[in-house]
Amino acid sequence: MRTNTIKMAAILMVSTALVAGCGKKKVEALPPAAEGTDYGQNAADPNAGTGQIVPGSQEDFLQQVGAFGDRILFETDRFNVDAEDQAVLQRQAQWLAQYPNTRAIVEGHADERGTRDYNLALGERRANSAKNYLTSIGVDASRIQTVSYGKERPSALGSDEQSWAQNRRAVTVTVR
Amino acid sequence: MSLFARNRKLAFFLLFILGTQTAIAQTTPPAAPASDEPELVEFDTSKTRSIAVPALVAPAPADTAAGNSVALGRQIAEVISSDLRASGVFETQGPNGLRAITLPEVATPQFDYWKSRPVEQLVQGFVRVGGDGNLTVGCYLYDVGFGNETTRLGFNVPPREWRRAAHKCADAIYSRLTGELPFFDSRIAYIAESGPKNKRTKRLAIMDSDGANHRFITNGQSTALTPRFSPNYKSILYLSYVDGNPRIYVYDIDAGRQRLITQSTSPTFAPRWSPDGQTILYSMAVSGNTDVYKIAASGNGTPVKLTSSPGIDVGGSFSPDGRQIVFESDRSGSQQVYVMNADGSNQRRISFGSGRYATPEWSPRADLIAFTRIAGDFRVGTMRPDGSGERLLTDSWQDEGPTWAPNGRVIQFFRTAKGSGKTSIWQVDLTGSNERQLPTPIDGSDPAWGPVLP
Repeated sequence: MRTNTIKMAAILMVSTALVAGCGKKKVEALPPAAEGTDYGQNAADPNAGTGQIVPGSQEDFLQQVGAFGDRILFETDRFNVDAEDQAVLQRQAQWLAQYPNTRAIVEGHADERGTRDYNLALGERRANSAKNYLTSIGVDASRIQTVSYGKERPSALGSDEQSWAQNRRAVTVTVR
Repeated sequence: MSLFARNRKLAFFLLFILGTQTAIAQTTPPAAPASDEPELVEFDTSKTRSIAVPALVAPAPADTAAGNSVALGRQIAEVISSDLRASGVFETQGPNGLRAITLPEVATPQFDYWKSRPVEQLVQGFVRVGGDGNLTVGCYLYDVGFGNETTRLGFNVPPREWRRAAHKCADAIYSRLTGELPFFDSRIAYIAESGPKNKRTKRLAIMDSDGANHRFITNGQSTALTPRFSPNYKSILYLSYVDGNPRIYVYDIDAGRQRLITQSTSPTFAPRWSPDGQTILYSMAVSGNTDVYKIAASGNGTPVKLTSSPGIDVGGSFSPDGRQIVFESDRSGSQQVYVMNADGSNQRRISFGSGRYATPEWSPRADLIAFTRIAGDFRVGTMRPDGSGERLLTDSWQDEGPTWAPNGRVIQFFRTAKGSGKTSIWQVDLTGSNERQLPTPIDGSDPAWGPVLP
């Protein structure tokens, strides 16, 4: 059990690093095209098509769900999934249905304008809200894990309303 | 190298440097009677007392594992002087700029000379090196105006613990002259931070109350948060993401090993010790809902769920007698402060001011609860345990996470800078005065002040 946890943690760290990098790009511009995005996976895959993105991979997920499609945002202290969020999560669920051997980790985050422990709890609420909606539309609960990062992992760096709005989020990271 | 192997190496290093947390052996019996019971009074901070601290005399100078005793005599005086000055209550002179004193003067001061400085109080002392290499430090406090001795005390310490002898002297002087409880001879656990705002490295670290004897405990590969020293200073509770999820560990300082406080796979955070060190309070999120739990510190008990509201119930702090717990809950719609009995009964809200109230901490003197108030900015304040008498002590963009000095008169917290997100540790007196930064090697947050060492 412990070995699996450590392996998963390693995968999570890699995935998170990739997502963090893509997240930053998304804030500034549209996500890059597949060309040149070489993550060292199946470079010689004849089915790679225009790029080298492997179907069912996290990179494939990000491309399929589109810009900001891997995350839903929240109002201050809120953790509800509104109609806009539902649309985003539905696209995620479609992808997950396409690749039944993948799993997902939903990360819950809060902005810096909250105290440390409360924000960990709030991040947990947000991650669970997203997970609950995904399971309600058919994704098997055993495929989804949650983790809260509270205010520890901001995506936007400013101390302003715009940045805070970006940081109040639940981000879905897929794992193979 | 795994975290555990690295910690084992660290433990040997720590063991060598810190030794076990043994009580300082007090040697010379005090000559002055014990002071009156401290009462909750406001300092008259407009009136500081002047106090001179010349270098301690080293009769029969000798080398020790911490340097020559002559140098130690000066360093001990420097620490005493710094402690007293930092308290904001004293205007200190020396040891720099003061003439050397002789051994006979230690017990028989030249009062006329000190009166002419002028100075109101005088600290003199000596450092002796025993045959076993240990130090005997004696310090004497004199009232220069009356020309008599107020108190004397002595300590036997291993050379590498010379700072503790200095802090004990400063504590005795401070207590005797202000009527307050001591607090200098204590340690602080906190989180040392570095790196860019979206990729912070957060390491568990410890230091003396004045920032000396600083040690990193974790290496920063995994985020560490919200540490707490156990009351006997043998362990540190803290939150770590080492296995990818927020989990609470008890880190045994001497052994250099840590264990989970609960095997539950639900996320756990906000760990706290009970005042007797037998119980651990923590928060756990089940299916997205966070509640406060307690569990035996030994790790052999069953968790006891103390709250069950559908809101976020989190954090918490025991009253000094261990019978009540103050915690935060948003069950009313926003973060507020609640008090309950230690068994979870009689939960009642105590904060009704304008704004949200978070991170409540019960003073070791039982008379006040410190908190973070969020109303636009984040400010540190205090209120009585019934919620009355709210006072705000700081006024900055984001001050949060108050922790009490063991004497219940100084509050430490961390300040976040707008924009950069850089954090630093600060202190402020109960009166709101003497706000000052505690310098740390890199940024710092989540300070937790431990009790006075025995």
